[in-house]
Order: sequence, then C-alpha cells, then structure tokens
Amino acid sequence: MRAPALEVADVSKKFRLYRERPTSLKARLLHSRMRAEDFWALRDVSFDIPEGSSLGLIGHNGSGKTTLLKIVAGILRPTSGVVRQRGRLAALLELGAGFHPELTGRENVYLNASFLGLSRRETDAAYEAIVAFAELEDFMDNQVKFYSSGMLVRLGFAVAVHVDPEVLLIDEVLAVGDEAFQAKCLDRIRRFQRDGRTIVLVTHALDTVTKICDRAVMLHHGEVHAAGAPADVVREMRHVLLGTTDPGFVPEEGTRQAEIASVELIWGSGASEIALRRGDPLTIQVDVRTNEPVADLDVDFAILDGATNYPVLDARTSSHGISIDRFDGKKRVRFRIASFPYTPGKYWVTIGLSSQQTGRLYHVQTQRYGFDVVDAVRVQDRVDVPVDVEVEDL
Amino acid sequence: MSDVAGTVVRTSEPAKLRVRRRVREVYERREVLLNLVRKELKVKYTASVLGAVWSLLNPIVFLAVFTFVVKVTHNSFPHFPIYLLSGLLAWNLFSVSLAGGARSVIDNANLVKKVSFPREVLPLSAVGVALVDFVLQTAVLLLFILASGYGFHLPELAIYPLAFATLLVFTLALTFWLAALNVRYRDIQHLLNIALLVWFWMTPIVYSGFLVKDVLKGRKVLGVSLWGLYLANPLASIAMGFQRALYGVIRPVVGERPVLPDVSLAWLAGVLATVLAASLVFLLYTWRRFFELSGDFAEEL
Repeated sequence: MRAPALEVADVSKKFRLYRERPTSLKARLLHSRMRAEDFWALRDVSFDIPEGSSLGLIGHNGSGKTTLLKIVAGILRPTSGVVRQRGRLAALLELGAGFHPELTGRENVYLNASFLGLSRRETDAAYEAIVAFAELEDFMDNQVKFYSSGMLVRLGFAVAVHVDPEVLLIDEVLAVGDEAFQAKCLDRIRRFQRDGRTIVLVTHALDTVTKICDRAVMLHHGEVHAAGAPADVVREMRHVLLGTTDPGFVPEEGTRQAEIASVELIWGSGASEIALRRGDPLTIQVDVRTNEPVADLDVDFAILDGATNYPVLDARTSSHGISIDRFDGKKRVRFRIASFPYTPGKYWVTIGLSSQQTGRLYHVQTQRYGFDVVDAVRVQDRVDVPVDVEVEDL
Repeated sequence: MSDVAGTVVRTSEPAKLRVRRRVREVYERREVLLNLVRKELKVKYTASVLGAVWSLLNPIVFLAVFTFVVKVTHNSFPHFPIYLLSGLLAWNLFSVSLAGGARSVIDNANLVKKVSFPREVLPLSAVGVALVDFVLQTAVLLLFILASGYGFHLPELAIYPLAFATLLVFTLALTFWLAALNVRYRDIQHLLNIALLVWFWMTPIVYSGFLVKDVLKGRKVLGVSLWGLYLANPLASIAMGFQRALYGVIRPVVGERPVLPDVSLAWLAGVLATVLAASLVFLLYTWRRFFELSGDFAEEL
C-alpha cells in the first residue's frame, strides 16, 4: 500500500455555542461571564487515505463532514488530534469563492484561481480550457452580476477542476448544474483519479460515492460510524437514515424537490378507534407534492418498533415494480398492509421520498408518525407480510 | 512532483509565528493579495465616471477648506498647499489603511470561512489599496511642487524614505491588530472613527508644528515634558518627517514665524529611527497576535 497522502488521527472538534455572544466591548465589559455550551462536532475521528485513492465522506446534515473537511483544509483548527497531509492541497468548499459581482468573468477567474492556489502564469495557461469547460466563451468580458446562477456555477466549477492539486477536497459541489454538466464534472473527477490524485468527496448523493470512491467513511454525530467499502457504508447510511430513533437526529431532510404534503395512517372502521388491533389491516397514505418536476420518484416507508427502534416492516414503490413517471403536481400513494401482525406497543413510521436513480433524498420524515397496537398473539421476528401499493393522480 | 511539497501537520496548538517562513508563505500566495487589491480598486472605481480621479478629490477638498480657514483667520502660512498635503497624504495612508483593515476580515467573512489562504493577506490588501491612492496622490503633489516652481530641498528630501518606512511599519502594525480584534469586538470599527478624529488633531497637519513646540516647550505636567508627550504620538514625528522632506524649509519667509519645528534634520531622523524601531517591535507583537487569532477566524465569524 502506498503511503497515506492524508492522515487524520484522533481529531476532535469542540465548538462553543454562545447563548449571548458578546460581540462588542460594551457587552464584554458588562457581562464578564459568558454563557456557553460545548458542542462536539467531531470526536476522535481517525482514518487515512493512501495516495491516489478516493474517499467518500457521508453522513446526515450536521454529522461533522464539512467541519472535518475544513480542518483538513486548514480553515478550522482541531481541538485535539493531528492531521498530516502531503502535497499541494486544494479545497472546493464553495464554488466560485470570492466571485465578485462587479468584476468580469475573466477577472473572477483569476481571482478565484488565486484563492485555489494557482499562480497568474498557471491561470494564463489554463484560461482557455477553463472558459471552454464552462462554455462561456462569449461572456467572459461581462460582469458576473449579469450571469445566471447556472453560468456562475459552471464557471466556478471550471476553475475548480483546473487547479492541479495532489489532494483535492470537494464538498457537495458536484450536485450542481444540469445533468450534462454533472456528467462532465464526474468525467473530470475520474480523470483526476486516473492521474493519481487523492480525492476526498463529501456528498449526499450516495450513488456518486459507490460509483466513484474506493472507500467511504460515514460520520454520525461527529464519530466514525462506519468505514470501508463504499457499498457497505452506503447501505449502513441508508439504514441509519431511515431506521433508528435518535433524539439528536435531524427528523426531516432532503432537497424538497418533492415534499411529503401529508401522511395518514388508516385502520379499522375509522377515526373512532384509538389503537390498531393486531392483525387488522393498516393503510399508510402519503400525499406527495412537487416543487419541481420529479422524474423518478421512489416513495418508501419503514415501521419501527417503538421499544427497540428495530425496523419491522418496510416497502418502497420501486421494489413493488411501480415506477412513477415524471410529474409535477400532487400524487397520493397508499401502502396497504393486509394484516399488521406485530406485538402490542408503540410503533413509529418513517416516510421517505427519494430519487430512484440517484438515491438522492427529496424529503424524509424520520419517525414523524406513530400508532399503537393492542392485543393478541405474539410474533417475534420479521415475517413476510404482503403489502399492496397503489398510486393515483390527484 | 509530489515530493516537492512537504508534509503539512495541523494540530490543536495555535501555530507559532516564524517570521521568515511566514513571509515566504505569504509571498507564495501573493497572487491572492494582488488580486484582492485589484478587486478593491476595480470595485471602487468601476461604474464611476471620474474613476481614479476620486482618489484625488479628498486632498483637493481638504486643501480648499483649509486654505479658506487659513485665509479667514489671517494666518500667514506660506506655500500652505505643499505644507498641508505633505502631511495629509501620509495621514490618509494611515487612516484609510486602518479603517479598511479593521473591516477586512469581517467583510471577507465568506472567504475566511470557505477558503484557506494566509489571513494576513486581508489586512495587507487594505493597506495595499490605501497605498495605491497614496502613490497617485503623491505623484500629483510632486508634480505640483515641480510645476509651481517651489522645487525640492535636497538634504531634507533624504529623510523621505525613513519617514515613509516608519509610516508603513506603524500602519501595518496597527492594521493587523485592529483586523484581529474587530473580529471579536465589532465596535472597534466605531471606536476607531472617533479615535482617528482625535488623533488627526493631535498631529501637526493643518496647523504648524513650530507653533506646538513653541507653546509646549518647557512646560511639564507631573514631571513629563509636554513636547515630549506630543512627540510620543508616532504620527506626529512621521508627519514632521514628511513635511521636512517635501516642504523643506523651517522658515520659508525670513522674518516670519517658522512653520516647521526648529529641530535639526539629524534630530528628526533620530526620532524617526526610534519610532521605526519601536514600530517594528510593535509589528512583531501585533502580527503574532493576528497569527494566533487567525486560526479561529473561521469559527468566530
């Protein structure tokens, strides 16, 4: 194995969260003692990346991915632990960092490139390629305040991929532009890999991790929750996202391209019955509303045992052979469970909307809904329960 | 290729400032500095009809106002424009650097949070922008001195580099300090405006240095000479240095009261050298403070 290009050893990061941060001398003089709470964004995170390999860093929002990347990039200082890094490093934490609206495209390319560590001469040499990559040949002498957001993103990415670092840190910047441009960006990343560059990729697009990376690390509440082959780590990530209850867990997330408008749990004869009787049919009715047209919606649910947080039953539209075509508007999805066989107690329901192709989450409500089961015979383990699914236009 | 760059180690310890190494690091990223200065100038002057002429407007307005004041108060002040501008331009470099420098880290919060580069670049770029204006204004002043037939006074002119170096080092030192402090205490920039106003009038720019010396000489408060106290303001000796270099003569009109304090060139050079040495020590201190605090800028903003 080659020597690690990047070594992260026992890195922890504590943030102080001030209730009332004195931001002036006056406040400082009046209240000499500040109220602060400690928040550990990272705890004893360790891993290393061999030279020339690509690591995917995943985790839900607030799990510490970006903090870790910033520590590696030298923007934040760790509270304890050490980061060792060899070779020239470029961090793409934001596309077009330092872009100024009053400057022209050309001037912004030079400004942005200098932040990423390119010298003027290097930028001169790469300039034509950058412009061609961004497909903005005719606009380089216009001020960027007249650019569309898509053009800005393209220009930012074009500069970014023309820096020539040995270690490249990328934070969630691939999820930009139209599909053609995204494909181009992925191509570029693959070329970096062929050239033996070391890459750390932070992303929510789990399929990108499995497609591109050699290894993956999943952070959860600032700790390494799983590390290893991308497919395994991604599976674990999906499990955690849709699975466990955790008081600190973000109960809702996603891009909100499509949203869960409402969810109804229907059983028995109607609203009069408080709890579901064991063995009765249960219907989970999910109303979906799009904010943008969605091409490949996949709707899923998971029911978790309230006592153990163990997922006892789940299903998704796609695994039932139902594909929801591109639509814009509202749809209603019904998951019909012929008979709910589990033991009495509390159960939680997690609902998720995601993209069937990319796995990108549109909207997830984790354990937002619950119901109680009463009565009868005991079923211990997961059993095969038929689930009937239907979709209709509203 | 990959072995050319060394290993970077990041730990929880605030890095110790090693001046030579740090200068090299900043120099390696000089492109960022140059681009930031370029950006500032460009943003300042695009979409304005007069462009860079604006940078000349401030001294011209000052000149008009104070010429009027001098006339109205019947003060005889031979070659007043040259006297005023030689001190004022130095003052402008100082005050514009400080005002811009104090805001430099906060104004670029987004960069600080998202990009890694030597943070010194931010206050340095504020000084850089002020320096460009200073050079422009000084060029006009020098042209004026030549065109008006006033001419240069040779031995005195030699003190210019010393005065300029002292001004620059002192300005840098204070700018680093304010830039770092203002991140935590935002009212620094408001305090600064008031402080600068007081400071301006504590410095012989619109009034005669000789007058001050005349009034203060020999007076003492608690055993401290008031003239010495006045000179403890680094800007006082710096302004006197610039005036001595460009205005040249202590007593421009024979029989009239002198304008510049009647001190020897060597004495003034001695004071300036002392201030320069103290400013270098001060710069080392404030740079170190800035360097230590800069590790937390991304968190504080």
